[in-house]
Amino acid sequence: MSMNPAIEAINDFVVKFANVNGSGSASANELFAKSILRMGVPVSPRNIFPSNIQGLPTWYEVRVTEAGHLGRRGGVDLMVAMNPQTWAADLKEIEPGGYLFYDNSKPIPASRFRDDIHVIGVPLTEICNAAYTDPRQRQLFKNIVYVGALSVLLDIECAVIEKLIAEQYKSKPKLLDSNVQALHMGREYVQKHIPHPIGLRVRRADKVGNRIFLEGNNAAALGAVYGGATVCAWYPITPSSSCAEAFQSYCMKYRVDAETGKNMYAIVQAEDEIASIGMVVGAGWNGARAFTTTSGPGISLMTEFIGLAYMAEIPVTIINVQRGGPSTGMPTRTQQADILSCAYASHGDTKHVLLFPEDPKECFEHAAAALDLADRLQTPIFVMSDLDIGMNQRLCDPLEWDASRSFDRGKVMTAEELESGKEFGRYLDVDGDGIPYRTYPGTHAGKGSFFTRGTTKNAYAGYSEQGPDYLYNVHRLLKKFDTAKNLVPQPVIRKAEKPTPFGAIYFGSTSPAMAEAIEVLESDNQPLDTLRLRAFPFPDSVASFISEHEFVFVVEQNRDAQVRSLLVNEFGIDPAKLVPILHYDGTPITARFIGQAISAAIAATHRCSQKLPEVSTP
Amino acid sequence: MTYLAKPKLHHPSLTQNKACHTRRDYEGRISTLCAGCGHDSISAAIIQACWEMDVEPHRVAKLSGIGCSSKTPDYFLGNSHGFNTVHGRMPSVLTGANLANRELLYLGVSGDGDSASIGIGQFVHVMRRGVNMVYIVENNGVYGLTKGQFSATADQGSTSKKGVVNADSPIDMVSLALQLGATFVARSFSGDKKQLVPLIKAAIAHRGAAFLDVISPCVAFNNHPGSTKSYDYVREHNEAVNRIDVIETKQEITVDFAEGEVVDVEQHDGSVIRLRKLKSDYDATNRIAAMNYVQQHHAKGEVVTGLLYVDSEAGDMHEHINTIDTAFNKLDSKKLCPGIGVLEKINASLR
Repeated sequence: MSMNPAIEAINDFVVKFANVNGSGSASANELFAKSILRMGVPVSPRNIFPSNIQGLPTWYEVRVTEAGHLGRRGGVDLMVAMNPQTWAADLKEIEPGGYLFYDNSKPIPASRFRDDIHVIGVPLTEICNAAYTDPRQRQLFKNIVYVGALSVLLDIECAVIEKLIAEQYKSKPKLLDSNVQALHMGREYVQKHIPHPIGLRVRRADKVGNRIFLEGNNAAALGAVYGGATVCAWYPITPSSSCAEAFQSYCMKYRVDAETGKNMYAIVQAEDEIASIGMVVGAGWNGARAFTTTSGPGISLMTEFIGLAYMAEIPVTIINVQRGGPSTGMPTRTQQADILSCAYASHGDTKHVLLFPEDPKECFEHAAAALDLADRLQTPIFVMSDLDIGMNQRLCDPLEWDASRSFDRGKVMTAEELESGKEFGRYLDVDGDGIPYRTYPGTHAGKGSFFTRGTTKNAYAGYSEQGPDYLYNVHRLLKKFDTAKNLVPQPVIRKAEKPTPFGAIYFGSTSPAMAEAIEVLESDNQPLDTLRLRAFPFPDSVASFISEHEFVFVVEQNRDAQVRSLLVNEFGIDPAKLVPILHYDGTPITARFIGQAISAAIAATHRCSQKLPEVSTP
Repeated sequence: MTYLAKPKLHHPSLTQNKACHTRRDYEGRISTLCAGCGHDSISAAIIQACWEMDVEPHRVAKLSGIGCSSKTPDYFLGNSHGFNTVHGRMPSVLTGANLANRELLYLGVSGDGDSASIGIGQFVHVMRRGVNMVYIVENNGVYGLTKGQFSATADQGSTSKKGVVNADSPIDMVSLALQLGATFVARSFSGDKKQLVPLIKAAIAHRGAAFLDVISPCVAFNNHPGSTKSYDYVREHNEAVNRIDVIETKQEITVDFAEGEVVDVEQHDGSVIRLRKLKSDYDATNRIAAMNYVQQHHAKGEVVTGLLYVDSEAGDMHEHINTIDTAFNKLDSKKLCPGIGVLEKINASLR
C-alpha cells in the first residue's frame, strides 16, 4: 500500500470516471454529480468524449467545489478506472496520495499499479454477474453499482441518490426498483469490506442556493424560444447538434398553438450548412426570426451567405458552438478558435457582430438578444458558445425573463406608413445611425417593394455599378457597425482592490477558470484588473481599459491569439502592450494554467522593464 | 438589350383583370439580356400568366440565384419583392422565405448552371421537401454570363459555339424532379408561348413543388448547328404530349373531342387543369410512366414537352410539418414567448 499520506479533502476534490463509450456510464455519472449538488455542494462536471458512438474511451470529470470554482482544476484525486484500454494513462493522472477505484473481479498484476496512491478494488463484474443474467443489464447496472460504492466511500447521502433515481424513473417503476437495488448492492459491498469513508468526503453544505444545472446548448435553444425564433434550419455537427434538438423539444412543449394544435415553429434539418444558412436568410428576409446552430466547419461553408446577409442587410442569428479546429480538427474538444473567421467572415470587407456567452445563463440571454440585435441591426449576429459551455452541465444562476419584454423587430416600415407617403429607401440612412428601413414582402400593393441583391445598389435598392453608390453603402455599413457597439452586451470590468499596472481581458468559457485564477493571483499579491468581453464590436470602454494599464493579458483558448489580433486591428493598439495567454490543447482552460502563465508573464515584464533603461542609454 | 425606356402612361384600352391591374402592372424593369434571348420570352409568359390568373403582384415573392436567368426577376413583376440570392442557392432561400410566410406566391427562377451544376444539391432537396412554389429553370445548356461554357444539361456530343464537343452526359432536370417527388412537372419551350403560359398558370394553381423546365435558347452562345438547345433544334424535335388550359372552375366540355382525349384535373384552389392529349398513350398522372416516357424519347433525341406529371392531391411542406396557418412574421411575443411562469418551472426542473 501507499507510502504517501492519503489526500484529505472535504468538498474540494476532483473525481474522474474513465469509461468505455456506449457502456451506459453517462447517466450514472450524472447521477453521481447531481447527488453532490443536492447536498448543497457545487460541482462542475465535464465530458471528455471521443468522436465515436461505441467502444472508444470516454471520461467524465467532476470537480467538487464548495468554494464554487466551476472551471476545470486539473489533476485527479480519485480515478474511477473502468476502462482497461486507458488504465495506464488514467493511473498516471492521479495526484500522489490520491485514490484509485477499480473493478477487481479479475486480478491485475501489482506492476500495473502505483505505490504512491490508495487502491480501492470492488468486484463490480462479480457482483453484477451474480445478480443479473442479461448481459446488457450486467453492463448497465455495473455503473449504478459503482455509484453506490462511491457514495459510501465519499459519504454521499443515500437518500439523496434514491430521490434522484425516483425523479428520473417516475414513469417507469420497474427501472426505479432495479436501479435502487443496484445502488444498494454497491453500498453494501463497501460497507462490509472496505474502510469508509475515505479521505475525500462530501459534507452537506448550503452553497448551491437556487442555482440551476444545465447545458449551454439547452439554454441557447430556450433563449431562441423566448426570443421568438420561429424558423430553425440546421445541419448536424458536434458540438452544436444538441442545441437544435433541444429547440425541437422545447417547441414541442411550448410552441404548439392551443387553439389549432398547429406548430408555431418550423425546424428543417437541411442538406448541409449552406442550405441551413440559406433558409435562415430567406426566413429573415421575409420577417420571421430565424437561426441556425453550427460549429467551425459549418461556418466555413456558410461564409458566402454570411457575406450576402451583411451586404443585403438581412437579420440572421448563428449559434456557433466552437470546437477544436482547423479542418475537422478536434471535433469533440473545446476551443475559442473561430473568432477571426466569424468576425470577418466572407470575402470583401466584412465585419460581424459576435456575442461571447460565459455560461448557460448567458447562452440563454445572448440567444434571445441575438434575435433582437439581428432585427435591429439587419445583419448576421453570432453567438460564440463553445463545447465546454455547450455540452457540459454547468451550475449557473436561474434563467430570468422580463415579463414586460417584447421583441425588438427593428426598423420595419408598415403598410400604413407607406400609404401615408413616408419616404422609403431600402438602403437610405434616414436616422443617421446607419440602419435603414426595410419592408416585409407583401406589405403594400404599390409601394415599398424592392429588389434584394448582394450586388452594389443605390440607396433605393436599384442596381448600380457606380462608385459613389458603393461607397455610400459600405460607409453606412461601417456606421451601422459603430452603432452596434452600444447595443451589444457591454463588457464586465472588475477592479482589483489595489491599483495595478496589469489588466486581463478574457471572454466566454474562460470565465470560471479566470475568476479562480484572480483569487489565487491576488492572494499571491499579484492584483489584476479584469475585463470580460461580451461582444464584438468592442465598445470604447475596452480601449479605455487597455490604455489604463501598462500591460494587458489577453486570455484565450486558441493558438493565434485571435481576440488579441482583433483588439490590435480594431483599436490600432501597440501589440507589445497586449500579452497573449493561450491555452489550446482541446481541454478547457484551468485556473492553474492561467495563474502560472500570468505570474510568469508578470515576471517577464519586470525583467523587460529592468532591461529597458539599459537599451535606451546612449 | 434595348435602351428605349418604356412609356409610363397606360393606354386606356389596356384591360384590367379581376385584381384591377393591367398587364403593364406586371412588368418590371427593361431587360438587359441579349435581343432574342429565350429568357425574355419566359418573362413575358410569366407576366401574361400572372395577369390572367389575377395574381396580386405584391403578393408574389420572386427569387433567383445567379446568372442570366437569375437576372430576369428584375424584368417582371416590378411591384413584387425580389431576391437575387447566391449562385445555386435560391432553393434554400426560397424554402426559408416560404416557412416565414406561407401566404405569398413563391416564384423561383433559375438557370441550368444555377440549378443543375452548382445548385443541384439544393434543387434536389427543395423538390423532396414539397415547398409550395413555382420553380422555373430557364434551360439553355450554356453559361451565358461567363460567355459560353457548357452547363450540366448540355447533351453529350453537342458542340459549343467554338466547336468543342461536350463529352459528359446531361442531367435531365425533368427526370430528376420526377424522381425526387415534385408534384407538378412540366417542360416547355420559350418559343412556344401558347404552351408555356397555361403551364405557368397551372403551376401557380398547384399546391406543392411545381417544376417547369423551359428550354430557352441562348442566342449569343448556344444557337448554332451542333447545339441541341437552339431554336431550330427544339422546334424540330419538340414532342408535345398534351396542351392544357387552366379554367377557374369546372365547366362542361363543349368542344367536341374524341373520348379519352380530354382530362380535367382539379387543383387544390378549385381551378381545373384541362388536359388535351396529343399523345393518346400519355398519362400525366402516372409518375413512373412519365419517367419512362421522358427517358425513352430523350434517347431518340426528342424533347418531350407539356404537363408531364401532376398530383393534385399533394400536400406541401407546411402541411408535412403541421405549421400554423398564420404567417410566422405576424406572430408576436404574446404568441411566441412562453413567459416567466414557464421559465420558473423550467428553472425548478433543473435543480
